[in-house]
Amino acid sequence: MPIVVNKDTCTGCETCVSSCPYDAIVIREGKAEITELCQLCKACLGVCPEGAIRETGESGARREKSEGTGVWVFAEQRDGVIAGVSFELLGAGRRLADKLGTNLSAVLFGPNAAGPDELIKWGADRVFHCEDELFRNFNDEPFAALLSRLIGQHKPEIVLAGATPIGRSFIPRVAARLHTGLTADCTSLDIDGESRDLLQVRPAFGGNIMATILCPETRPQMATVRPRVMKRAEYDLSRNGEIVKVSAADVGSRTRVVETVKEVSEVAVNLQEANIIVSGGRGVGGEKGFHLLYELADALGASIGASRAAVDEGWIPYRHQVGQTGKTVGPRIYFACGISGAVQHLVGMQSSDIIIAINKNPEAPIFDVATYGIVGDLFEIIPLLTKRIREAKGL
Amino acid sequence: MNMVVCIKQVPDTAEVRINPETNTLIRDGVPSIINPYDVHAIEAALQIREKAGGKVTALTMGPPQAEVALREALSMGVDDAALLTDRAFAGSDTWATAYTLSKAIQLLGADIILCGKQAIDGDTAQVGPEIAEFLDIPHISYIRKIDEAGGGRIVVQRLMDDGFDVIESSLPVLLTVVRELNVPRLPSLKGKMAAKKAMIRKLTAADIGAEESSLGLRGSPTQVKNIFAPESRKDRKMLEGTIEEKVEALVRELVGLKCL
Ligand SMILES: Cc1cc2nc3c(=O)[nH]c(=O)nc-3n(C[C@H](O)[C@H](O)[C@H](O)COP(=O)(O)OP(=O)(O)OC[C@H]3O[C@@H](n4cnc5c(N)ncnc54)[C@H](O)[C@@H]3O)c2cc1C
Repeated sequence: MPIVVNKDTCTGCETCVSSCPYDAIVIREGKAEITELCQLCKACLGVCPEGAIRETGESGARREKSEGTGVWVFAEQRDGVIAGVSFELLGAGRRLADKLGTNLSAVLFGPNAAGPDELIKWGADRVFHCEDELFRNFNDEPFAALLSRLIGQHKPEIVLAGATPIGRSFIPRVAARLHTGLTADCTSLDIDGESRDLLQVRPAFGGNIMATILCPETRPQMATVRPRVMKRAEYDLSRNGEIVKVSAADVGSRTRVVETVKEVSEVAVNLQEANIIVSGGRGVGGEKGFHLLYELADALGASIGASRAAVDEGWIPYRHQVGQTGKTVGPRIYFACGISGAVQHLVGMQSSDIIIAINKNPEAPIFDVATYGIVGDLFEIIPLLTKRIREAKGL
Repeated sequence: MNMVVCIKQVPDTAEVRINPETNTLIRDGVPSIINPYDVHAIEAALQIREKAGGKVTALTMGPPQAEVALREALSMGVDDAALLTDRAFAGSDTWATAYTLSKAIQLLGADIILCGKQAIDGDTAQVGPEIAEFLDIPHISYIRKIDEAGGGRIVVQRLMDDGFDVIESSLPVLLTVVRELNVPRLPSLKGKMAAKKAMIRKLTAADIGAEESSLGLRGSPTQVKNIFAPESRKDRKMLEGTIEEKVEALVRELVGLKCL
């Protein structure tokens, strides 16, 4: 809905001007005015001390709310292995379905004889499975075509997929085709008690802000969900469900995967699966400092991470980088040593269970997300900590 | 080879900060730039033109001020620029943005459409694939290398979590690019001079024959409900005392949590 300034109450104090990321607020003749640069991001709402900035009621002629029931999860797999995010989505989907009093379905494309059963044990009531060879490799068009067709036939109210390279590439095509909304890279999902709409929370502006997104009229409400933030449901061996075989008739592709090249380094895999990560930033000071971290990691059985600053300095290779432009990790314990905690780093590690921050500067933003904070010199703290941990573990 | 590069003018979000007390953005003097990924898309189009010949048009949807971004693209060497600007486009989400851009692309005609992987403000990475769907053409995301382009087909490398895929596609096709793809050239002096004088084609909703109910706020299925600062942890414990005491306290906590 358009955002307007009430000229009667506006005092021209300019508080709102710098709150706008798009420079869309100007002061003209002593009053704030919203220009055509406005992107309706709502960053200015609530900023005005006089409450003079608000949304107007007119949202234009809206469509009727379309119908749908059931929660769906797209279960991604690569090389016949179901991606971890699929089980996380089933956990999130289960909670949403229970809240709505409806059922949970999973969709699996590609050969995988044991896959549907697995998905049921992780929480699905029903699995749509297409075993066609067409889905052995990932091509956007056939994935989008078949998922759109199934959604069109069964009309779920919510569809979730992983915010992975695969999900973020083909799910937008499905949303475009079905003329419905899609929220990118969500980190939290809930149901609004009153409207029963899906409340979708996601980072934007490079992780500097969080936004709640709604898709009020069209169905299904679609979202891609960031890996490693949702909790899995209980794996239940006794769960039963329905398996529906789906054919890929009439589905084609104008792209073809000629070759698939694996380039995983040990560390990259390690980081995303690690239980404990010891990470260093600019404060580590150099390769020498990283040796202290290697020793701590060795005592803990941990993997080594780094902030972009340390990677850019050349102290440690890029594949160790955690954050917006590196890996997203979610270990049990994350040690942030000499890392200031720029948002771009935080978005990559915030979902760790326990965050331990060690930093000289008590004002460092890393302490805002820490479970345990130690202010002090890491060159003194780390060696002592390594020693005490070795003792505690009887090493 | 006719190419259209979609570019977006964005605030440099690396400079945007949030005030945790008031929960509001602080944007003092944050500059507007061409979305960094889109600069790589421009470079890719120019390189294809150098090999296969053809014409490159830069296209943006935005307020009249977005003309600055188009002039920058012209100074890098694109042949033409078009600005989609109309009050009716205001408030577009990715669905409406992609619909509007696809209508303009139909008008301009293209064998290859290039987009950035994502824009650094909205951060959705959805506009490219959605344009391809509206145009009913294939798309390939996260292009890190273009092996071949010509003769009605293209072969590219798509970056994935665990490596990359080599993919062949028929034309027309839409590509979204990552920053590893190339090193963008700097505008030449001659380019800058030409860009200053160049005509920029303005397109309105009527020019592209768009359906009004699919534009802007009205055409957008999603809405931003509210925005807020990323949460800080409530359970934080600062460990106090001498270095020895702090380390001791931490080890005790970790043992207590059965982490060791
Ligand atoms: C806080 C916030 C959160 C939002 N969340 C969502 C959401 O979850 N879902 C949703 O549908 N919308 C969302 N929007 C709206 C969305 O940001 C706008 O529609 C935006 O104009 C396009 O999306 P993007 O910036 O994410 O672009 P992306 O899809 O990330 O851009 C990819 C590429 O598309 C091309 N492109 C994008 N926009 C233009 C343009 N205007 N002109 C030319 N080329 C362009 C560029 O090549 C760009 O590199 C959100 C907006 C805000 C402010």
